[in-house]
Amino acid sequence: MSENKSRLQTLFEQGEFVVTGEIGPPKSASGAGIREHAKHLSGYCDATNLTDNQTAIVRLSSIASGVHVLQAGGEPIVQMTCRDRNRIAIQSDLLGAYSLGIKNLLCLSGDHQSFGNHPTSANVFDVDSLQLIRMVKRMRDEKVFACGEEIKKDEPRFFIGAVANPFADPFEVRVYRMEKKINAGAQFFQTQIIFDLERFDRFMELARERGLHERSYIMAGVMPVKSAKVAGYMKKFVSGMAVPDDMIERLKKAEDQQAEAVEICVEQIKYLKNVKGVKGVHIMAVGWEEIVPTIVEKAGLLPRPQVPGLAQVAG
Amino acid sequence: MIVAEQKPFEEIAKMVEIFDKVLILGCNECVTVCLSGGEKEVGVLATSLRLYRKQGDRPITTVEETLVRQCEWEYLDEIEKLVEDVDCIISMACGVGVQFVAERFPDKWVIPALDTKCAGGAVEHGLWEERCGMCGECILHKTGGVCPVARCSKRILNGPCGGSQNGKCEVKDVDCIWDQIYKRMMALGRMDQLMEIELEKDWSKARDGGPRKMSREEVMIGE
Repeated sequence: MSENKSRLQTLFEQGEFVVTGEIGPPKSASGAGIREHAKHLSGYCDATNLTDNQTAIVRLSSIASGVHVLQAGGEPIVQMTCRDRNRIAIQSDLLGAYSLGIKNLLCLSGDHQSFGNHPTSANVFDVDSLQLIRMVKRMRDEKVFACGEEIKKDEPRFFIGAVANPFADPFEVRVYRMEKKINAGAQFFQTQIIFDLERFDRFMELARERGLHERSYIMAGVMPVKSAKVAGYMKKFVSGMAVPDDMIERLKKAEDQQAEAVEICVEQIKYLKNVKGVKGVHIMAVGWEEIVPTIVEKAGLLPRPQVPGLAQVAG
Repeated sequence: MIVAEQKPFEEIAKMVEIFDKVLILGCNECVTVCLSGGEKEVGVLATSLRLYRKQGDRPITTVEETLVRQCEWEYLDEIEKLVEDVDCIISMACGVGVQFVAERFPDKWVIPALDTKCAGGAVEHGLWEERCGMCGECILHKTGGVCPVARCSKRILNGPCGGSQNGKCEVKDVDCIWDQIYKRMMALGRMDQLMEIELEKDWSKARDGGPRKMSREEVMIGE
């Protein structure tokens, strides 16, 4: 039923090079900032991720945030982690999210709660990200809940996304796990932030060898790193991320570090766009969302494509 | 074995501050092996308590005893007389032992001296690590004999997650167990097995299903 397809899925199927952004929901009960960011990204990003209590810090829920994006005329990609909900809560929230107009879902394990502001909380991990992907697919394609019970009507029909981290270890396993996620039902991927292009190339080479680029839409994750200080911090404290020293050096030497950051990010996007099998770019500018339009423009990704039959929406 | 660690002395002292005669009860099983609640530790705790209370001008009398096991009625029967004469019992067993003591002596106040940590073993002298998550349905034949339920920070059954780096978990000071599982499965030529999606676990067999029981009718003694 094509009318049910998300704008994101439609763009992939049209063969467009897709651009997505990301909004980190606030630690407050107001959606004003989210709507503002969504409007700001409108016309520059085809869809926007809403993170699910990222780094295990309590924030406005990703589903509610997705609704704010919808209200602002944008296309949300709601993130769902396995850390905080058991299979009952996850499925319930999926029904709720879909009923509110959310059509794209990104399934992840979730950062361990020890990173966040409630390190003494229990974690759930009733299902893992692979099982979550499979559960969402079965709800859509087999019209069943995880227990096997039939969903009699109005099943949620999500476009299913997953994440891949080419910079985690063991390296070879990353491609196997990506394949496993495709087998479970993942249709698109957003990768961890890429700084080490050479390693990403090797990752994509292995992915292509296994034909994964033809079985899913792979989006390369990038991040404009505002300053050498931020880069150094990320290298030290953010798990699963490879920040090369020469990038830190380049930022350090720059007269205008922010301009240099944009330049580096644009160079990376231009490079990644030409990597065979990469179908889009996911720009994670959390905390620096206002720079995204500049990056998209400089990377030559404007204008963003239209979807026939759909009003020009973005965000 | 069950691995347990002694609570800070100040906490134990606080829990017994209103009592003047206590039985400090050790256990000769797991907690003796992990050096936290055996005969030797009973002696040290008794001496420390007496010294501490003497300094505070409220001396305490300690009775020391260590049982073969605290988790079996017949050994608890042995201390019936000792128990009669004390204000409270400080159990230096795991949580199982503490509860057996409390159940066997319902009119006595029982205090736990240990924090029960996990089912594990000593990987080297002085270092004990968790090995079993007691999930009630063993999957070690699928993971090369290495348990992700107990040893993955997110108990992921289709790992490793994106937080694995250089064999380490994203959680501080934890090894990535999926890194070990993969290396072992690869070495054993069983990678294909790991490509199969492990389905949702039946947690009703774990603690999530409520307190668990195991019975063997053939050894039960009828009334």
